[in-house]
Amino acid sequence: MTKNKHYWNQYQKEIADDNYFYERSCIRQSFFPGSETTFLKILREELGKTIIDDPNQHTCTGIGYHSDVVPFDTTMTVCARLFSLMKDAGFKNYVPSCVTSFGVFTEVIETWQNFPEELEKTRNFLRKATGREFDIPNNIVHPSDIIYKYRTELKNKMKYQLINQETGKPLKGVEHIGCHYGKIFSKHAVGGAEFPQVLAGMIEEWGGEVVDYPERRHCCGFGFRQYLVMANRGYSVANTKKKFDSMQAYKPDFVLTNCPGCTMFMDRWQYTIAEMEGITYDDKKMGIPVLTYEELAGLLLGYNPWDLGLQLHQIQSESLLNKIGIKYDPKDKFVGKSGTFLGEPNKPEKLIVDYEK
Amino acid sequence: MKNWGFKISQARIIDLDKANTKMFEDLCLKVPSAKRCIMCGGCSATCTASNHTNFNFRNCNLMFRRGQFEGLAEELDKCMLCGKCKLVCPRGVNTRAIIYNMRIILNKMNYKNIEL
Repeated sequence: MTKNKHYWNQYQKEIADDNYFYERSCIRQSFFPGSETTFLKILREELGKTIIDDPNQHTCTGIGYHSDVVPFDTTMTVCARLFSLMKDAGFKNYVPSCVTSFGVFTEVIETWQNFPEELEKTRNFLRKATGREFDIPNNIVHPSDIIYKYRTELKNKMKYQLINQETGKPLKGVEHIGCHYGKIFSKHAVGGAEFPQVLAGMIEEWGGEVVDYPERRHCCGFGFRQYLVMANRGYSVANTKKKFDSMQAYKPDFVLTNCPGCTMFMDRWQYTIAEMEGITYDDKKMGIPVLTYEELAGLLLGYNPWDLGLQLHQIQSESLLNKIGIKYDPKDKFVGKSGTFLGEPNKPEKLIVDYEK
Repeated sequence: MKNWGFKISQARIIDLDKANTKMFEDLCLKVPSAKRCIMCGGCSATCTASNHTNFNFRNCNLMFRRGQFEGLAEELDKCMLCGKCKLVCPRGVNTRAIIYNMRIILNKMNYKNIEL
């Protein structure tokens, strides 16, 4: 056992305890608008941590970089400006919300460590462009790492568990980790690229059961180049279909992701597959709900599902809420913060979005 | 039906459990040296037909092994059976005989495209 434990230590990473500088994602706030706010709420109110949400932050260039429209020199300089904001705030632990940003930052820092002349070049670029200086962060982690680190503390505060209220059995969760989290530099992932534990650890700790299916480590299909050009989107949706075809037999209750692209595509492509080929991956023709780790943590902590923004997902999550036993008011689903009814979105032709028991 | 501007791409997977590899076994009975091919492509590099068309013996051999017979007969038609490929093969594979026998097998399977 000791020997095994020793080997597992090689797959661990250092996750800072407190004092984080948060960088928001470009796309998450429009696709899953409740997730980032929920993360900040969990850290500040549930865990009592200090985390800065700087209004001067900006893109990391990730989407442009991986689409070959932003050169790497520009990416390094833009990342350096973000690090300069952290320096101004007096923090040293950098937390990028997006997995692609996380991948970009680790790549940039790895470049600077291996090619110090690139670091000097970037310092000059930033100085000339903005007059700013920056420090390389002491610790760079993804928010899912922090939730993973404090999963037991959060469990103690949770109102619900990932247990099916009707059967008493653990709910089956598919965990899907963004490629840029552990497949670029495996040393920056909890469990490395081979045994990523960051989401599986949450599901198991919170009472659920992780589904191990053949295409578990397959890409979600985003892949930037596969999606951004319309002619290539067939490759993107084919990847997602391959994953869902593979997991369908295990009848998962939900999919948990830590990457904005994965959440987006595993959620929205289920609609596309249903409309194109009439295939849905659950018994009720409603699809398998896809959640971010913040949304899942928020749900189990007892937050209102509509404040978490679950109604903005393509696959509606009432079936999962009922299995967990979460109480919610269906009438509040499309009511805004001001209390006025916002109207319901158009309904798809084949995918069912209205939950009926 | 909505126009999406794209379709779900089909997987380019060759499932060797389902592929028809029996034909390659039959070929090996006729030309045992077929098993020795290492797909180096020396045959294609020296092929006169390859100079004038996109004929590629290495590719045809691989398709036949994997049971991908669609369009193969048309490809094999491009071969003139001159036998230069046989002279350069580092593994002593009787490439000329392979092509001739592949044509016969495909012909029997109604993938016929040439009068033998």
